Amino acid sequence: MKQQVIVSGIGGQGVLFVTRVLAEAAIERKMEVLTSETHGMAMRGGTVISHVKVGPFTSPLIRLGQADCGIFLHAGNLEVHREFLKPGGAIYLNAAKDGDADAIDATRIAREYGSPVIANLVLLGFAVGRERLFCDGATVEAVLKRISSPKQFDVNMGGFRLGLSRSAAA
Amino acid sequence: MGAEPMAFLMRNEARGQGVSDHPEQKILMGNEAIGRGLVEEGCTLAAAYPGTPASEILSAVVACAKETGAALHAEWSVNEKVACETALANSMAGRRSAVAMKQVGLNVAADPFTRATYLGVTGGFILIAADDPGPHSSQTEQDSRLFAHFAKAPVFDPSSPREARNMVAEAFALSEKYEIPVMLRPTTRVCHARQNVVCRPPVPREQKARFEKDPGRWVATPQFLPGLHRLLNEKLDRIARDEAFAPLLTAGVTRPRTCIVASGVAFAHTAELLDTLGPEARIDLYQVRLAYPLHRPFIEDIRERYETVLVLEETDAVIELQLGHCGMRGRDSGDVPRQGELTPDVIEEILRRFLDLPAVTTLAAAKKGTRPSLCAGCGHRAAFFAIRETFPEGIFPSDIGCYTLGMNLGAVDTCHCMGACISQGAGFYHAYAAGGSDFPTIVVTIGDSTFFHAGVPGLVNAVFQGARFILVILDNATTAMTGHQPTPQIGLRADGSAGSKVFIPDLVRACGIRHLREIDPYDVAAFTAALKEADSFIRSPDGGIAVLIARHPCIVDQAGRAAQALFAMTITDDCVGCRACIDQFECPAILLDGEYDRARIDLDRCIGCGVCVHVCPTGAIRAEEDKP
Repeated sequence: MKQQVIVSGIGGQGVLFVTRVLAEAAIERKMEVLTSETHGMAMRGGTVISHVKVGPFTSPLIRLGQADCGIFLHAGNLEVHREFLKPGGAIYLNAAKDGDADAIDATRIAREYGSPVIANLVLLGFAVGRERLFCDGATVEAVLKRISSPKQFDVNMGGFRLGLSRSAAA
Repeated sequence: MGAEPMAFLMRNEARGQGVSDHPEQKILMGNEAIGRGLVEEGCTLAAAYPGTPASEILSAVVACAKETGAALHAEWSVNEKVACETALANSMAGRRSAVAMKQVGLNVAADPFTRATYLGVTGGFILIAADDPGPHSSQTEQDSRLFAHFAKAPVFDPSSPREARNMVAEAFALSEKYEIPVMLRPTTRVCHARQNVVCRPPVPREQKARFEKDPGRWVATPQFLPGLHRLLNEKLDRIARDEAFAPLLTAGVTRPRTCIVASGVAFAHTAELLDTLGPEARIDLYQVRLAYPLHRPFIEDIRERYETVLVLEETDAVIELQLGHCGMRGRDSGDVPRQGELTPDVIEEILRRFLDLPAVTTLAAAKKGTRPSLCAGCGHRAAFFAIRETFPEGIFPSDIGCYTLGMNLGAVDTCHCMGACISQGAGFYHAYAAGGSDFPTIVVTIGDSTFFHAGVPGLVNAVFQGARFILVILDNATTAMTGHQPTPQIGLRADGSAGSKVFIPDLVRACGIRHLREIDPYDVAAFTAALKEADSFIRSPDGGIAVLIARHPCIVDQAGRAAQALFAMTITDDCVGCRACIDQFECPAILLDGEYDRARIDLDRCIGCGVCVHVCPTGAIRAEEDKP
C-alpha cells in the first residue's frame, strides 16, 4: 500500500505532532515511512506544511497533484496547499463552515473541551474516522499511548476521540 | 548497459531496502539519525552551534548518550569556529570527534577547517554542514560540498535519514583510514525528513586521550606546508580510487548511451520519478555518495560509456565540475536551474525535457501563505515598537534570530550575518559622521546568543574606534529561533549540567561600555525613557556607545511566562478601525479582517501581556489585571 498525505497549518498549531503521530502509526502497522517537515523561522506563526509518505517511496516530498489526502489545520491554507491534492483527494478542514471541503470546527471543539492546543488531534480524529487514511483509530490510539507524555496523555486521547466520534456521527 | 560489470556498478537493491520488519527501528528525523549514529559509532566529543537546519543533531547526541549510557562530551559551543577547534583537538588526542553546524556556520569555522585538511587528524573527525537549498531558513544557498572541494576534504552527500546514519560510520572509517577530516553534507530535506531507522547499541572502543607531539605537523610553519600539501593531494588521489566510494548504479533498460548522475535528495526524488514516468524513463541512474573527490574510474567510465549525461545535484555544480563530460547537461548547459531547491516538481520538468516526454500539465507553483511573525506576547515586539516610535528617522541594523522579524514592525533595516549588526552600526556612524556632526540615531538590535557568538569582537572594535550608537541586546534568556538551546548566561550546558555562568552585563562593561541600563521592554514607558537617555548620552561631548539590555524571557518558555502578570484584554467601542495595532504592532492575537471593521482579540492566541494598550491611538484596547 502507498499513501501520500499533507498536513498543513500555521506555526504553533501542532502540525509537527500530527506528522509524528502519522509516521509512528505507519511503523505501528509495519510500513515504510518518509516525512518532511517545516522548521525554523516559519514556525513563528508562518505557513507550515508536512509531507507524509507511507509505503515504498524514496523521496520525502510530495509533488503537486499527488497527495491522496490533506489535513488542513488552518482554513486559509486551503488556497496555498490545495494544489498538492490529486483530483478526488480527500480534504479534512478545520473550519466553522463546510464550504467545499469536509470540515469540522476543531478549534471550537478543543476550546470547549478546555484545551485549545488539541485542535490538531480533534481534526486528526475526524480525518481517521473517515476511513480513507492508511491507519485506523486503534492504531493512532496505540501511538498516542506510546508517545504522549503522562501529563498530556488524557487530553490527547480525549481530543482525538472527540474528533473520531464527530466523524462517525456526521 | 554494456556487458562488462564494473566494480563500481552496483546492484539495484542497494537503495530503498525497507527495514519496517526490524524490531529495533525508530522514527527518526535526519538530524536525530545523524546524532544517534555519532553516539553508536563511538564519537567521544560532539560540539555544535544551533542553526536551522542542523540544530537537532547535538540534542540527539545528548539524548542518545543518556539513553545508552555512552560517555561523551557534548557541547553547545559559543560559535562554530570554537566548536570546530574544540573537536579538532579531541581528534588530535586520538578520539572520534564531530562538529555540527548549518552551512553559513562553516564560513565562521572556515579558518580551523581549511587548515585541518593539511595537518590531517588522528581520531576520526566529521564536520557536519547542513545546507539549505531554497533557502528555507538561511541567508545564502551556498553549497558546502563546494567548500569541501576548496578545503580539500572528502564530502558525503546523503539522500535520506537512513543513509545519513550509515554515512556517519563510513565517514569515521574514511577519516581514520586516511587521517583526514571528512564532511557530511545533508540538506534540509534530509535533516528534517523522518524515516524508520534501525537503532543499534554503541560500539565499544578503546579511546584514551593520547596526544602525540609532532611540531612539524601540529605547529606546521610555512616550511612544512609544501610537504603536507603534497601528502594531502596524495590522500585525495587514493580516496578517489577507493572502491568503497564508487557511485551506485540502478541499471536501466533503454538508451544505453544516456544516463543520469545524481546525489543527495535530488537522487531520491529522481529515483522515485523515474519509476513513475513510464518505460521511456528506465535509463541508467547513478547515485554519487562521495561528492568530492569524485571516483576517478567512474569519471573515466562515464566519459567512455555515455554520449549524454544529465547531472542532478544541490545546490551548485560540484559533480558537474569534476565529471567534465562533453555531453553533459546540467547547470552549465542551462538544463538545471542555477538557484533554488530541486523539488520533485522541478526535477520532473527537467526529466521530461531530457527524456523527450510530454511536458507536465502546468500546475501553479505552491503559493507562499502567511508570513511568520513574533509570537503574541514576545518581549522583542515591545522593544521594537518603542524603538521605532522613539526614533522614526533612525537607522536600525539588526541580526539573525527570531528578532529579525522586527522587520515586520519597520524596526529592522539590515540583517547580514551573525554579529554583523554591531560593526554595521559603527560603519553607519562613521559614514554619517564623516559628513559633519549631525548623524541619525542608530539603534542596533542583537539577541543574547548572537551577542555571545560574534557580537563581542565587534563591540570592542566599535568602542575603540569611537563609534556612537545605541546597542539594544534583546535578552530573552535562550536561543529561541532554533529550539531553545541555552546560552552561557543561563548556566546550563547541553547535557543539562551546570556550567560557570558568563554574564552579558560583565562582558559589556569589559568591552569598555560606560553607559549600560537593564530594562524589561514590557514597561514601554521606562524603555522609551531609557532610549531617550541613551540618545542624549551618545550625542554628549564625551559620549560613545550606549547599551540597553532589554530583558524579558521568551514567552514560549512556560516558566518565564508563569512568572509574569497577565491581563484580560478587550477592545472597546472606541476602536475606529485605524489599523495602528495591526500595521505598527503586528501582534498575531489582534485581528482586523474582511468581515469586521473593528479590531478584535483572538483569545486562543492572546497571552495577556498587556503591551498593546500603548499602541492604540484612541485608547480602545483595555487590560484588566489577573487574567485567570
